[in-house]
Amino acid sequence: MSHPLLKLDHATIRFGGLTAVSKFNLEVQPCELIGLIGPNGAGKTTAFNMITGVYQATEGTIHLNGRCIAGVKPHELTSQGISRTFQNIRLFGSLSVIDNVRAAMQLHCKHGMSASLWRGARFKAHEKEVENRALELLDIFKLADTRDEEAKSLPYGDQRRLEIVRALATKPKLLLLDEPAAGMNPTEKEELMHLIRFIKDKFQIAVMLVEHDMTVVMGICERIAVLEYGVKIAEGTPDQIQRDPKVIAAYLGTEVQKEAPIDA
Amino acid sequence: MSSSPAFLNGAKRWLLVGIVLAAVVSMFSGQFNRYHLGVIVDIGINIILAVSLNLINGHTGQFSLGHAGFMAVGGYTAAKISLVVSPMLPPALQPLLFLGALIAGGLLAALAGFGVGVPSLRLKGDYLAIVTLGFGEIIRVIVQNMEAVGAASGLKGIPKYTTLGWTFGLAAVTIYFVTSLVNSTYGRGFIAVSDDEVAASSMGINPVRYKVTAFVTGAFFAGIAGGLYAHHKQFLSPTGFDFLKSIDIVVMVILGGMGRTAGVVVAAILLTLLPEVLRQFSEYRMIIYSLLIIILMMARPQGLFTWNRKKGAA
Repeated sequence: MSHPLLKLDHATIRFGGLTAVSKFNLEVQPCELIGLIGPNGAGKTTAFNMITGVYQATEGTIHLNGRCIAGVKPHELTSQGISRTFQNIRLFGSLSVIDNVRAAMQLHCKHGMSASLWRGARFKAHEKEVENRALELLDIFKLADTRDEEAKSLPYGDQRRLEIVRALATKPKLLLLDEPAAGMNPTEKEELMHLIRFIKDKFQIAVMLVEHDMTVVMGICERIAVLEYGVKIAEGTPDQIQRDPKVIAAYLGTEVQKEAPIDA
Repeated sequence: MSSSPAFLNGAKRWLLVGIVLAAVVSMFSGQFNRYHLGVIVDIGINIILAVSLNLINGHTGQFSLGHAGFMAVGGYTAAKISLVVSPMLPPALQPLLFLGALIAGGLLAALAGFGVGVPSLRLKGDYLAIVTLGFGEIIRVIVQNMEAVGAASGLKGIPKYTTLGWTFGLAAVTIYFVTSLVNSTYGRGFIAVSDDEVAASSMGINPVRYKVTAFVTGAFFAGIAGGLYAHHKQFLSPTGFDFLKSIDIVVMVILGGMGRTAGVVVAAILLTLLPEVLRQFSEYRMIIYSLLIIILMMARPQGLFTWNRKKGAA
């Protein structure tokens, strides 16, 4: 194991006087399934935004594959192997289902503007290939039948899955899922757990998820990190986390006392 | 994979048909009454303007109010070039000069588009609209004070090069260019940026590059339209390029349905014809025109044509 896939070293982010994430240390190994939990406003999504380049860390460093990502733009990070979904679904609503996936594939597309204009035989072959790959992906997630529908007209669960397909289309090494189970019923959650495990094995990628649903997190994650007020208070296997007194105090057991601080 | 000759498939065949048709009809343009011919050429120019603005405002979702400015850059550049060069050339070479002047105008407009595009990329929506509006006005004021292009009294005696064939041939090229660009895996990026910029950048799409490309391409064709306009009216005045002209083009795009090329073409035709048809009502005509736009907008706020962006397989 030379480099971890992702390494956060004292990553800190401040917004004015507020420290949203403080000295966050974390390593993610290739093909690992890791969970990030914590009460509302603990800084989970902010940590995601820091890893994906949406926000820049104020202090500390983040390395992806041994390379520092300070100042790297989100779209460049995607080409280096990070992809994500969003807490509140952000599909390309006016594009069809398949075009959502195709749009994400342009990253690895060999033909650009001039080929699109010339539309030669090579371009057509490439486009066919892209379409087939997109369909293959959609097929895995049972979305191929909806290929020509507008993304925004899909049912909620399908939209969530399409977001995952779209993220996978960029061929990531690390997939970040921001509350993938939000708004799902127990059956859908069950399916989602299978799906996430399946993705990890099939595509051989690391998956990191932020999730509130404990069944999901405890059920699939190999390792869990817990954030509270932007500080990592625990890290370990699901068993360890469930028994950790700090975590229980902060999160699992005594909600009444510690009723989630709304993002201060 | 495919063995059919690359030149004659799909979209390109339509482009060829369009150009040939324009050329053939152009040969009979002597048959048209001059007023009708003038209106038809106006339609073609407006199609170019609307389709090119549609790339910026419709597909890429940026709000530009500077299209008249780009048109002015192209128009004045092309007109000045033909005014200077045409006396030195034999008649046989005039069409070549025209083409060169148009392209030069387009390129300069594209450069202006780059100039506006890059700094305004941090801006969105209303703010971008204001910056582009300001840009259009700056161009107009510069032209108004430039003796070399006739300043406020206008540029006169531009040779009459624009024909029906040139106009619709170039309109066909514009439509081909914009639709081909958008209907590809590469081109889905424009719409992705328009739908959700944050998600687009997380999917490896560089929003800045797409926006600049849209601005530069849109401005280029606006410049071409400006050149056609100059050699059609044979007279350019800075007042013809004020922001009302930009708004006219924006209305065509909105009415046609943002990002729907076919709808935008129909809207360009409709909105060019409407004021002409209403000419008999003399002073009421602009009121009726505005009322009709309001009614159309209330009846179809999503634009005239809004079928799904189906599969979009190249």
